[in-house]
Amino acid sequence: MNSLPTFETTAATSAVPTAALRPKITGRNVNVYYGEKHAIKDVNVDIPERSVMAFIGPSGCGKSTFLRCINRMNDTISVCRVTGDIRIDEKDIYDRSLDVVQLRARVGMVFQKPNPFPKSIYENVAYGPRIHGLVKSKAELDEIVETALKKASLWNEAKDRLNESGTGLSGGQQQRLCIARAIAVSPEVILMDEPCSALDPIATAKIEELIDELKQNFTIVIVTHSMQQAARVSQRTAFFHLGILVEEGTTDQIFTNPVDTRTRDYITGRFG
Amino acid sequence: MFLTLFGLILAIAVVCFYVGRNRAVAVSGANFSALHSLPSYHGWWLILMAAGPAFAVLVLWSIISPYVLRPLMLSQFAPQLAEFSAAQLDGFWRDIQAIAGGGTPGVRDAFREEAATAYQSVNRMSLTGMIALMLLLGAGGFYFAWNAIAVHFRARHKVEAAINVFLAASATVAILTTVGIVMSLLFESLRFFSMVNPIDFLFGTTWTPQQMAFRPDQVGGTAAFGFIPLLTGTLLITFIAMMVAAPLGILAAIYLSDYASPQVRAVGKPILELLAGIPTVVYGFFAALTVAPFIRNSGQAMGLDVSSESALAAGVVMGIMIVPFVSSLSDDVINAVPQSLRDGSAGLGATKSETIRRVVLPAALPGIVSALVLAVSRAMGETMIVVMAAGMAANLTINPLEAVTTITVQIGTLLTGDQEFDSPKTLAAFGLGLSLFVITLSLNLVALRVVNKYREQYD
Ligand SMILES: Nc1ncnc2c1ncn2[C@@H]1O[C@H](COP(=O)(O)OP(=O)(O)OP(=O)(O)O)[C@@H](O)[C@H]1O
Ligand SMILES: [Mg+2]
Repeated sequence: MNSLPTFETTAATSAVPTAALRPKITGRNVNVYYGEKHAIKDVNVDIPERSVMAFIGPSGCGKSTFLRCINRMNDTISVCRVTGDIRIDEKDIYDRSLDVVQLRARVGMVFQKPNPFPKSIYENVAYGPRIHGLVKSKAELDEIVETALKKASLWNEAKDRLNESGTGLSGGQQQRLCIARAIAVSPEVILMDEPCSALDPIATAKIEELIDELKQNFTIVIVTHSMQQAARVSQRTAFFHLGILVEEGTTDQIFTNPVDTRTRDYITGRFG
Repeated sequence: MFLTLFGLILAIAVVCFYVGRNRAVAVSGANFSALHSLPSYHGWWLILMAAGPAFAVLVLWSIISPYVLRPLMLSQFAPQLAEFSAAQLDGFWRDIQAIAGGGTPGVRDAFREEAATAYQSVNRMSLTGMIALMLLLGAGGFYFAWNAIAVHFRARHKVEAAINVFLAASATVAILTTVGIVMSLLFESLRFFSMVNPIDFLFGTTWTPQQMAFRPDQVGGTAAFGFIPLLTGTLLITFIAMMVAAPLGILAAIYLSDYASPQVRAVGKPILELLAGIPTVVYGFFAALTVAPFIRNSGQAMGLDVSSESALAAGVVMGIMIVPFVSSLSDDVINAVPQSLRDGSAGLGATKSETIRRVVLPAALPGIVSALVLAVSRAMGETMIVVMAAGMAANLTINPLEAVTTITVQIGTLLTGDQEFDSPKTLAAFGLGLSLFVITLSLNLVALRVVNKYREQYD
């Protein structure tokens, strides 16, 4: 047995027993296939409401794949097939009667590489409310844009340049713009796939701070390769390996007292 | 002669390469890694220095020598040639070259035989001079380069510099050619406008150049060079063509890039591009034999008066012809819009068509506009379909059911047949060419500005 590195976790601040938190998202026997390739194998997981859950694991283990099941972004990949049962608020999201477009409005997504639209900062944030017809007047839209930018802590930097192109921002600002864009449609869940991997430490710190605030209103699922980041921002952590969910528990437990040797090896840097 | 010498230089170059390479190997004492540059670079270096100057002399001499020899010969026989016109002098020059070279001259007489003999001896002198110069420069270059080869010699950078020069020269040739064409267009047009008032040309509403007297001894009608009917005809047909090509092309591109399955795309795209490979004459008779009668018949059925040749028939067929120009380029630029933008939009709950309308098309706009501009230029320059389906009558009309003609068709008719190149009738072709050039150029410039103003730049 090798000694575990020490990670600073936020467990102390979220001492609520997880059982007390209602699961927002539940996955049961989820399998994902890319053609012949079996990318996710029988995954069962509960993601509690208004908290941050981190997915960790070596490259290619299926973290992104599972994340993309939650807002059905995998539908856009023709070879991809999903079986099993994923529910949000106890409603099956793969049900035939479910409207994918509305699902994605409820489950926002932030991608690995910041991908602001080549439009003005204002238009980027207004995009979602516009297509969903959430607003009736320009004043209302202005308000939504301002609120979203404030929640994404970008307002101070962006308020004087709302009409400039979003692609002209720095990488970290772009990523916060993408978060604001997702927030603007008032989703319930925000999925983040390695949101900081293209950012420097200062921008990363800002986003982490932001995630910590956002969990008061949103359920957040984050994929990350940084163990420190998972420890800092999440309340629960799930470790994936070769398409299998190996271990899941409070972040505190996973990082201080992992049950599975594979988890232990991974967080001690043995592989991955 | 040129080809023989060229082949010789090539052979020498090959030899030089091996000599240079072996020399480099020899100076390195078979220890390659000591050399600054690979042995083959030394081979190229020797080629550049030995064969390069010889080749340059060959090319320059071949280009320049006629300009030196011709005045020389003509002045030598000036008394006999005193009464020759410019065209006759050209003929004379061709004849003596033909006789000297053993070909068939237009006219062969004692005088020309004599001139040819003189030309032959002068030419031989010039050739000897050239070869001597080539040998001198080649040998000098070889000697210099051979001595330069050493372990630390940076042949690699020398070759790099030579490549730079070569590329720059290629670009210069292309640019100079363009400049030359534009210049000649400009000067011939100036000649035309010295005979026909530019105001009459630009604002005149009748176009009847064929009524011009063919030769001074003929009696002609009154020729009018008003270019407005041609302009409206061109714009009308181009407009109709774009009304067909722009929507079809862009929608086809959207379908192929975002909706079609990979299998459909793999088949559909080449088929669409095949449209661009059909010769325009084929489109022409398709327009004249199928579309025009169809339009006339349906027009008559509706009680409309449609002429058998109509702008509509030509425009529609031309539109079909340029669909691939629009679709193929648009498809490329739409595909080039990063998938991450589409994902971002889909992740916010946009449908596919919303994503395309609001994100993909705005981002692809510059490319789509340039595809459209290319298609417009293509439509304006098209001749065959118009000749066959829209006629040659220079009617001033914007009624698509009437026969019209276009700028390019008129250029074609003005220059076909036996023509003198100093009458306004033929020079009008240059005036028209210049106008067309100005129109397409300004179109390009305007499109560029529009695009720069509205572009949504992604990176
Ligand atoms: N579009 C696709 N088509 C086919 N196979 C895919 C596709 N996307 C992912 N895969 C495969 O599915 C497996 C899981 O991929 P996934 O992207 O979910 O990994 P990941 O855990 O997110 O890795 P990383 O940390 O490198 O992002 C990999 O083996 C990958 O090769
Ligand atoms: Mg991933």
